[in-house]
Amino acid sequence: MKSNHLLIIFLLFSAFGFAQKKDVAGTVKERSTGLPLYGVNILDKNTGNTFSTDFDGKFLLKGIATETTLVFTYVGFKSREYKLTAADSNITILLEDEAKTLNEVVVIGYGSVKKKNVTGAVSVVSSKTIEELKPVKIEQALQGTVAGVNVTTVGGAPGADISVRIRGISTNGENKPIAIIDGYQGDLSTLNPSDIESLTVLKDAQAAIYGTIGANGIILVTTKTGKRNSKAKISFNTQTGIQEASRILPTLSATEYALMLNESYANGGNSLPFPNVSGLGKGTNWQKEILNQAPIISYDLSISGGSENISYAVSASHLDQEGIIGGDKSGFERNTGRIALSADVSDKLKMKTNIIYTLQSRKTINDNGLGSVLFNALNVPSTLAPYDANGNYTLVPSTPGLGIEIINPLAQIENTYNDYELKKINGNIGLDYKLTDSFVLSGTLGYNSQSGQSKTFAKQISYGGKVFDVNRSSVTQGAQFDNNYSVDVYGTYTKKIGEHNVVGVLGTTVFKEYGNGLYATGFDVPYNSWDYADISLAVGLPTVAPNSSYVYDERRLSYFARAQYDFKGKYLLSAMLRRDSSTKFGPNNRIGYFPSLTAGWVISDESFFGGNEGTVNFLKLRGSYGVLGNDQIPNNGYVSQLNGEATYIFNNAITQGLATGQIPNPDLKWEEAQKFDVGVDLKMFNNKVNIVADYFIDTRADLLIPSIPVSGILGTAAPGASAPTINAGSVRNSGIEFAIDYKTTFSNELTMSLGYNVTFLQNEVIEVNNGTGFIEGGSFGVGQPAPSRMQVGKPLGYFYGYKTNGIFQNQAEVDAAPSQIALGAEAQAGDIRYVDMNNDGVINTSDRTDIGSPIAASTMGFNMQFGYKNFDFVTYLFASIGNDMVRNYERSLTDVNRLDYVLDRWTGEGTSNSAPRVTTSATSNNVFSDYFVEDASFLRIQNIQLGYSINPNHLTKAGITKFRVYMGVNNLYTFTEYKGYDPGASSGAPIGAGIDYGFYPIPRTYLMGLNINF
Amino acid sequence: MKKYIFITVTCITLFSTVFISCNDEFVERDIKYSIDSENFFNSKSDYDKALIATYDLLQSTYINVLMGEIASDNTLAGGESPTDVIGFQQIDDMTHTPVNDNLKNLWDWMFAGVQRANYILEFKDKTDFEGKAQIIAEARFLRAYYHFELVKWFGGIPMNGDKRFTTGDETSVKRSSVQEVYASIEADLIYASQNLAPTASETGRATQGAALALLGKAYLFQNKYSQAAAALEQVIVSSKYSLVSDYASQFEMEGENGKESIFEVQYTDVEGAGFGCLQCSEGNVAVGFSGVRNYTGPKYTSGFSFNIPTKETYNAFEVGDSRLNASLLDIAAWAAANNATFGKGNEDTGYFNQKYLPRVRTTNAAGDLNLTNPNNYRAIRYADVLLMAAEALNRGAINDTKAQGYLNQVRDRAFGDANHRITSVGAALTDAILKERRLEFVGEGFRFFDLVRTGKAANAITGFVVGKHELFPIPLQEIQFSNGNWNQNPGY
Repeated sequence: MKSNHLLIIFLLFSAFGFAQKKDVAGTVKERSTGLPLYGVNILDKNTGNTFSTDFDGKFLLKGIATETTLVFTYVGFKSREYKLTAADSNITILLEDEAKTLNEVVVIGYGSVKKKNVTGAVSVVSSKTIEELKPVKIEQALQGTVAGVNVTTVGGAPGADISVRIRGISTNGENKPIAIIDGYQGDLSTLNPSDIESLTVLKDAQAAIYGTIGANGIILVTTKTGKRNSKAKISFNTQTGIQEASRILPTLSATEYALMLNESYANGGNSLPFPNVSGLGKGTNWQKEILNQAPIISYDLSISGGSENISYAVSASHLDQEGIIGGDKSGFERNTGRIALSADVSDKLKMKTNIIYTLQSRKTINDNGLGSVLFNALNVPSTLAPYDANGNYTLVPSTPGLGIEIINPLAQIENTYNDYELKKINGNIGLDYKLTDSFVLSGTLGYNSQSGQSKTFAKQISYGGKVFDVNRSSVTQGAQFDNNYSVDVYGTYTKKIGEHNVVGVLGTTVFKEYGNGLYATGFDVPYNSWDYADISLAVGLPTVAPNSSYVYDERRLSYFARAQYDFKGKYLLSAMLRRDSSTKFGPNNRIGYFPSLTAGWVISDESFFGGNEGTVNFLKLRGSYGVLGNDQIPNNGYVSQLNGEATYIFNNAITQGLATGQIPNPDLKWEEAQKFDVGVDLKMFNNKVNIVADYFIDTRADLLIPSIPVSGILGTAAPGASAPTINAGSVRNSGIEFAIDYKTTFSNELTMSLGYNVTFLQNEVIEVNNGTGFIEGGSFGVGQPAPSRMQVGKPLGYFYGYKTNGIFQNQAEVDAAPSQIALGAEAQAGDIRYVDMNNDGVINTSDRTDIGSPIAASTMGFNMQFGYKNFDFVTYLFASIGNDMVRNYERSLTDVNRLDYVLDRWTGEGTSNSAPRVTTSATSNNVFSDYFVEDASFLRIQNIQLGYSINPNHLTKAGITKFRVYMGVNNLYTFTEYKGYDPGASSGAPIGAGIDYGFYPIPRTYLMGLNINF
Repeated sequence: MKKYIFITVTCITLFSTVFISCNDEFVERDIKYSIDSENFFNSKSDYDKALIATYDLLQSTYINVLMGEIASDNTLAGGESPTDVIGFQQIDDMTHTPVNDNLKNLWDWMFAGVQRANYILEFKDKTDFEGKAQIIAEARFLRAYYHFELVKWFGGIPMNGDKRFTTGDETSVKRSSVQEVYASIEADLIYASQNLAPTASETGRATQGAALALLGKAYLFQNKYSQAAAALEQVIVSSKYSLVSDYASQFEMEGENGKESIFEVQYTDVEGAGFGCLQCSEGNVAVGFSGVRNYTGPKYTSGFSFNIPTKETYNAFEVGDSRLNASLLDIAAWAAANNATFGKGNEDTGYFNQKYLPRVRTTNAAGDLNLTNPNNYRAIRYADVLLMAAEALNRGAINDTKAQGYLNQVRDRAFGDANHRITSVGAALTDAILKERRLEFVGEGFRFFDLVRTGKAANAITGFVVGKHELFPIPLQEIQFSNGNWNQNPGY
């Protein structure tokens, strides 16, 4: 030990003794924004040593000769030489970000290209955006940040599913894009957003290299890796917040309710239910009873760095979110751990691996649909108290006026018990072998392996004769095991011959997903308690088979080839071909070929353009066309299996037989997307303004019409049987995407960047070849025909119902109008007047028509960032214009509570032309009409955040390079005319979207957070 | 040079390994734990299992009973509101059109039953074993049962012999005539009556008596009186069945599968059900639909208040007829006497279909309780056989005395004495028998078809148009699927 000390001292002395050397510190920043640059390469010309900057653009060169020149190089920036002088001890280097983003590398699947050379419609969301947005789930980072991508939630429950749609809804089946995580097929929903370096969205035929899985678009996820030749960087982030309901709907107070009900009963010729309304006061606001503030907390820690041959990144995170309805009964918890490693095994062989472990748990309450907690909260009369005199939950009376579904929502939450836990490991291991300078052979194995456990306890409970009464307690437990792997082997050939650049890729992918699930139910849970809810204790004899299971095994084999060619980087061309064979497809269509072509022309590189120093710095035209597939279709649809239901009772006991299930379709195949895109990329005013615009036409043909209505003589309506799935539809989405951003530095202290993107989308169903010409979906009210349709010439999932024309003001108007008796009751003054669409003098089901569409005509995102000295400010806005939504959270019964628009009801001639009279007698006012369809256009302030960074110079002693605190609000406010909770929520169903049963509102979250880097 | 050889060898090895081992056989895999329907019927057990599947569709006939009753003058549609299950409301008012989801259900479900029977019959020669004739006979009985329902509701229907329908048959297989459908029904039931065991091996299975009774009914519907009388009297002389003394008792749980029951559709409440697949319920869906809205109190439980008996039905009973209180529940009187509460639905008359009202259940009952009521449907009762035999003997001018005898057995039981016997003959006796059928079977779904086959529907049912409403329309979707192959029924 001692000798080592001596050695160091000796070396130090010798250093001082033999040369003029010193320590130089500094920072490298981007000139236009003043942001520090990470990983800038620094070459000491004197010694040939190289260094790099850390995450905050800082470097410290120890014992460097004062007479040397330092060369700073960074991808996408002009390199800069700096001649060191003896006076320098702390220097700031500003790099010119000339055409910076153009040289950024963009992943495109089985390779990457410089952004300048991209010929498809490709958008990137960077880790910077993700850090600013602080999404709980990564999908949220796509909302408003990428043109052409729309993100909706099935309500705001913690951990709820989020649907991502790229360039509209193209199919009545699965519209979800496929996520490729570091090269393997994965799942966005379980990722820790802090682990993600970038999201790259392939929107057009660029995705054709993914063939039969590319039709819905591809989201390429690149996870963070360590940086070579950089010292360890430790980063710790934490945030804590309070969530609250962003909206409380204006329901009637007890007094208003009683008056409304009295009027209704009087109109129906009944005695008054509330002869004395004085003293009722405001009554109970049920929404306030169930909506509470709830905490959200998250932490994540990452350590990364690298030496010359190895880089590493490890991270861990924890997220705990409670629900604003039910607290931890709708809670979500996620823990992740990750290791990423890359190493140069030899000069020729490179290895990389990445392993992510996720542990997540979620509890849910009934939060969508008839009988959901919110639905009940809106419909329970405000005259009822939450608790009775004994402190028990008040029972909602079982009367015709209140139906058999409406129960006390507080009791409903109390009696809801379930739990779901997911453990997942996913990752990859890859090798690149450089056979020659121009040929690299790559092999990757990617895998996902997850197990889920679920438990639901049905407590024995009586709500007083309601459908939610449970006679016998039971506990249902499930275990699901899902696995998949993909093996990719491909070679990349890169050659430059004069001004001609060629890149060729040829490879194969094998993909297999397999798994099984097992479910069982136990009866008679001891003490009727969640604490004892386990099959091991619930030993009551079952009366029906209490077990079920499933197993699946799906495989895909693909070959793909891509040739990219450019001349001087000016004329760009790429062609792709993929061949897929898959177990998903029928024997007559097992193999598919998916070709595509993309091309680009960098006009600004032409001599006639006059260089890139003018107003326009860069101009590229590009176009693409290709055929892609969607294989997210039901499994084994081409085989007739004995998986139907065959249950009858002999000797008073259930007896099971066997019956056929779905009718097979041996011609079953993928859905085919034909994607056309032309676009322009433009940079202006010293690259400060960046514009990307695209026009696209996506035609999806051979849509699988599941359970396509076929003649009943085929037995498709038998229990467990279903109609075949047939490729018989077509939908076209066309539109324009436009994105512009502007970035400038007013001085070194004030920076600004603005971004805006907009998508105009037109959706039209081209073909529904099922005999009737339409498919119905969704539901409205109780016992009413389906309100949504997929029909030729209309947007997918448009609303089909009656058109209204105000309110009948007097009997004369009623008499003059066509009879409405076919809708259920003869109209009277004060009832809704329906439009006789076919002019046949009578209002009946043939008068139903197009009364709206859930698809927005345009969506847009806007974001702003400011930096001033140590302060930073960011905000993201999202708007959706032209989408309609159906108000379906009101139970059409006489005694339920209502929203306050009922106060404007018709009470006599001239009193109202918007809301009909109230009455207990039969009316036709509740049939599905445009009275229930509302414009749900909205503008939402998604995120607003103000941060302050303490000057790191004050903190160097503690080794801290960054210390930032911030405050923010997520989902601050939504501007909309829509009456319900969330105009942006959707069930995600292609037919039946935009029907609001009282979606769990997205919470407004007040956040405080801290970022520390060491 | 050595380097290039190495590279070349590596390249060839790797690519050939990858590309050759990964051929398309990778995606040729068997489906695990799955049985291919075309590779079945290899043992008796396979036939047994397919037969259970054929019985399964009997449970979906709840809609035939419910809608048949609503269509008649016995009951009103009811429900929550005038738009609650619009298909029922329209049938009640005789305003139904080819667009009617509930009629479509009935069409689909009965054809599903036929298809499942024909699945067995298509493979009837594949494997031989002891007791096969019984299985084939049960399958043919069930096919006849479903065909009979279809011909009653829709008239002539497409038939495909002993083969299942396959995709495309809807555009090529014509609608058989009503006579052809009945010929098939008769052939199936004659075979069944010759091959079925007289006593069921398990409660719920079709018996010889059931086949004969149904055969008699099919003859009667064609006015083949002597054949009807012959078949029905075979049941009577077999002495296997008799009237229960307390009429009401047979509709309670304890009375299920009793001595009066010839064929009964079996239901249970131990398995849950949902609105998404009503035909999948193991319970009697019609019962929950007929229940008193928001009822709380003894004996009964609540339901959706469809199928509301009219005042006129109530008044049709004579004084002293024990069937009145057994058939119709006067809810206000009941509630007053039993401290019960209830709500009123659409078209409320205060009466409910007592025979098939939801009863208080055991704790074994699985939800949704409205859809899982365990009340068996007494499809063929001995009283029906007696009245049908009486009708055949009378209308066929075969033997009015015998006819009176059968009729009066039923009346004696109803009144508990011999003082209400009918002594008329000829047309007056016919009227008496038909009137008796209404009173005996109110709430059991027979009335509409009895009125139609005797030409009395137009007088009884408001809105009934002769020449149109005898049959229900073929669902519009089916007409469209057939692409011109099937004509719509007249008037629609």
